[in-house]
Amino acid sequence: MTERVIVAGFGGQGIVFMGHLLCYVAMMEGKEVCGIPSYGAEMRGGTANFALTISSCEIASPVFSNPDTAIIMNQPSLDKFEERIIQNGLLVINTSLISREIIRSDLKILRVPATEIASQIGNLKVANMVILGAYVNKTRVVALETVVESLPSILPEHLYKFLSLNSCALREGARYATRLTTDNHQL
Amino acid sequence: MEKAIFKRPESLYETPFHYCPGCGHGIIHRLIAEVIDEFGIRERTIGTAPVGCAVLNYDYFNFDVCECAHGRTPAVATGIKRVRPKSVVFSYQGDGDLAAIGIAEIIHTALRSERITAIFVNNCVYGMTGGQMAPTTLLNQKTQTTPFGRDPKKAGFPLRVCELLATLDGATYIARTALNNPKNVLKTRESIKKAFLTQIEDVGFSLVEILSPCPVNWKLSPVDSIKWMKERMIPYFPLGEFKTPFAK
Amino acid sequence: MKGNEAIGEAAIRAGCRYYFGYPITPQNELTAYMSKRMEEVGGVFIQAESELAAINMVYGASAAGGRAMTSSSSPGISLKQEGISYMVGAELPGVVVNICRGGPGLGNIAPSQSDYFQATRGGGHGDYYTIVLSPSSVQESADLVFLAFYLADKYRNPVIILGDGFLGQMLEPVEFKNPAFGRLPRKRWALTGAKERPPNVIRSLYLKEGVLEKRNWELSKKYERMKKEVRYEGIYLDDAEFIVVAYGICARISKASVLLLRAHGLKVGLIRPITLWPFPSGVIKEVRDKIKRFFVIEMNLGQMVEDVKLAVEGRTSVSFYGRPGGGVPTPEEIYKVIKDGKGYF
Repeated sequence: MTERVIVAGFGGQGIVFMGHLLCYVAMMEGKEVCGIPSYGAEMRGGTANFALTISSCEIASPVFSNPDTAIIMNQPSLDKFEERIIQNGLLVINTSLISREIIRSDLKILRVPATEIASQIGNLKVANMVILGAYVNKTRVVALETVVESLPSILPEHLYKFLSLNSCALREGARYATRLTTDNHQL
Repeated sequence: MEKAIFKRPESLYETPFHYCPGCGHGIIHRLIAEVIDEFGIRERTIGTAPVGCAVLNYDYFNFDVCECAHGRTPAVATGIKRVRPKSVVFSYQGDGDLAAIGIAEIIHTALRSERITAIFVNNCVYGMTGGQMAPTTLLNQKTQTTPFGRDPKKAGFPLRVCELLATLDGATYIARTALNNPKNVLKTRESIKKAFLTQIEDVGFSLVEILSPCPVNWKLSPVDSIKWMKERMIPYFPLGEFKTPFAK
Repeated sequence: MKGNEAIGEAAIRAGCRYYFGYPITPQNELTAYMSKRMEEVGGVFIQAESELAAINMVYGASAAGGRAMTSSSSPGISLKQEGISYMVGAELPGVVVNICRGGPGLGNIAPSQSDYFQATRGGGHGDYYTIVLSPSSVQESADLVFLAFYLADKYRNPVIILGDGFLGQMLEPVEFKNPAFGRLPRKRWALTGAKERPPNVIRSLYLKEGVLEKRNWELSKKYERMKKEVRYEGIYLDDAEFIVVAYGICARISKASVLLLRAHGLKVGLIRPITLWPFPSGVIKEVRDKIKRFFVIEMNLGQMVEDVKLAVEGRTSVSFYGRPGGGVPTPEEIYKVIKDGKGYF
């Protein structure tokens, strides 16, 4: 099993945090993992992205052109990464901030109104945890419980007051994903 | 029984100095050695050898010495002191080393209040390279690179190091002395003592600027050099303690 | 852990207690990490006023017998060359980490391998070498730090760790294994105060006629001994018809390309130098006669390719493919270069 994931969005949406957390969780579950924040020519235009590879065997290249999954938090990132996802790959999008239709017809799509759900919980900033919860729940690439348990290791101590908010967002995202039906285009 | 009242300090080897006639380095070496002997700290002293005329000072100093790159002397001394906080570490620097290429290092070493002592030999000229302009070269002073005299429009003004460093919070003992007469030589010795004491007592950073003659590059006789110091150098570089932790 | 942080933690565990740095991207995590950890272990951290000051603090700390380290990225490493040259001249150990970025000049902050020549040819003025270690994963970054401190002390010579912005920023699991190296001699030369011994002098100036020449010949014998420290990783060399030579992150990416090429039936192997100096010429000489073509892949305009050509000695073809100025190739890109059978030159 090898899962290559791109997480992308605006700077400030907690993209790197999501990537960092996912790396840590994979490590805690004994998987091989390698993550890299936006690098090189991709580091521009106020968009942030994080590329990570989770695998059951040794990871050769941390660099890849085509992700198996793209978790997309805003429209500019969708424009950038939609065409790069592998054939029949998974696209997880934050529908709160993405209005346009998906062009490709081969992709599996998980639509999560992450910003709206986060707002209902009480803080827009945890939209990243909502979408992460949905992704993890649908793909089981790692266990949701490990993600929740790993939060204190990645969240800086001065933000510990937001621990329960973050875990609540993860669970809400997961709950939302469970409700979604699976058909050709939706997981 | 006869009692020796004047002898070679233990901190100096029995090697004749190679310095030019009338040069101040020999006197300064001896003063430092005397002070180190007086404090009984020879076995825990680590000196530095700067790029410049005093680069071979380890041929004379009978204690551990570290040669340094030009201007980096205070940084090297910082590294040594941080590893060996119980040692007494001093930097020995000329005006090019301290006031030109190494001005950043001396300022920041003072700002950190490193427990080191800087012995700053100011002779208004680059000695070893053959008499070029130093940052402390006086206005109108002729050097190899200011053949018509230092013109501030082209070559800027001389730098008063003590006055500059005295504005820094981390600088603890800052004094300027001169070697132009025996009285001032003894005052220099007193200042070096206070500077080392500032370090030994863990009070802070200390520096003694010593106005020193360089007859060969000034193209003056040793006697005229002494006169030049009094008439030209001291008026521009006034002597005294600019900062002191000791009661006057 | 990020590569930069792993280097810092490994240094602490290798007994480094003196770190002197100056901020520059993309190695800032390392400096920040050291500022925190040195406090915890009772070591010394100084944010110096410049890279020049930082390397000279390393020089002083090392002269006094401490295990010292500094780190920077390309433009800052240029400034440190003065101190590195003096350290070699005075035979002082120390570890210098270069988290390389794009150049020349201010360049950019993207990962690059543009400092290969500088690192492997001494770097500063004079006539000297330093051991250059090139990690290709976060784990190896940590492992090579332990080795770097050991080799620096063993040979009384600075050791360079040449990483890049990618490795520094990359997150991977890491385990700190403090390996048991051989015993190191006591640092009798260190400046500790001349107590019950004659004074020690740390110097690199030898003015008298013929003295420096003699000394440099002595140092050259040391460089010859250092050449025994050569390390590399070889993959699929036994039946290879083509060999990719790449180091650092570029080797990781190339490895994926090699696996892809193998899957398509091409007999491709990989040589990944771990020591860039000494360069693993030996293995290239061993295999060169049965290799149709060497492909050298670098994130620069072609630097290590010269060392490969020196080792090949014209016996077979050598092609180069590079991405200068912060470009990072993808496995598919390298795959295509090799499949098509030609590089840039």
